[in-house]
Amino acid sequence: MWIAKVIVSYKTGILDPEAKTIHNALISFPEGILSEGYQYISKIETGKYFQISFDDSVNREKAEELTKQACDKLLTNPVIQKYKFQLEEVSK
Amino acid sequence: MKFGIVVFPGSNCEHDNYYVLNKVVGAKVEYIWHKETALNFFDVIILPGGFTYGDYLRVGAVARFSPVMKEVVKFANSGGPVLGICNGFQILLEAGLLPGSLITNDHLRFRCQDVYIKVVNNKSCFTKCYETNQVLKMPIAHYSGNYFADKETIENLEREDRILFQYCSSDGDVVPEANPNGSMLNIAGILNEKKNVLGMMPHPERAAEKILGSEDGLGIFNSLLGKN
Repeated sequence: MWIAKVIVSYKTGILDPEAKTIHNALISFPEGILSEGYQYISKIETGKYFQISFDDSVNREKAEELTKQACDKLLTNPVIQKYKFQLEEVSK
Repeated sequence: MKFGIVVFPGSNCEHDNYYVLNKVVGAKVEYIWHKETALNFFDVIILPGGFTYGDYLRVGAVARFSPVMKEVVKFANSGGPVLGICNGFQILLEAGLLPGSLITNDHLRFRCQDVYIKVVNNKSCFTKCYETNQVLKMPIAHYSGNYFADKETIENLEREDRILFQYCSSDGDVVPEANPNGSMLNIAGILNEKKNVLGMMPHPERAAEKILGSEDGLGIFNSLLGKN
């Protein structure tokens, strides 16, 4: 059966408050998190991972089409978010 | 005896705790900004509720690295009483001062309501003013209050009498219908091994005056003050 592994993230330039908070924590409270080198981290971005499993009747083309529709209509807001996905064939 | 209330960015129950301790209970109390690194003037530390750091990443996950937390861990390890309420409980879990995790409520709803909780035992420094099995009415207000831990942890908590509060019916029965969030064993509050650190989801500071519906929470603050 086919599965789609989808990552949704913000488009460049869109405020990513969670990433900003995490980055600030790394810079402000490095003690206890990083042994050294926090200053080398220039940016953090967040995203969401979705794994969609299709039943056996769905072939690769159909899986791709359904994944695109789900991404375009529900998983992302195209104004602020982008997505990428890969399809994998797995045995049950 | 002096209480210290830690204020993180996003804390929002610090004033309620301050007011209850200062005006209702009549104790000495001070705020502690999260960047503070000296806690030696305090006898009890409270981590209040709120939405520290916007609840980003996981509830309490960022606050637990605030500079003050290193001192809170030291304070707790040396036997000082630490009370974490709601988000404060979540921070104590992320900091490793208490075991387990608080995950999203099983019904996926934010719950803001009064609940009943049972005092499982009155031997701790937090519950001396109560009777064992006493039923208390207190409000909850949370989205992530669903206590989860692995089997071994739950067994240890039970065996070592570290489950301090359980959600119950108004008659004190610990039943699934009285569980507002899906917590394992209806857990509403737990202690660390030394029993000087308490994390609880209900808000005792919002149940400290009759005119506001309940004063059942006062016992926790009075117990810490050594009152009977």
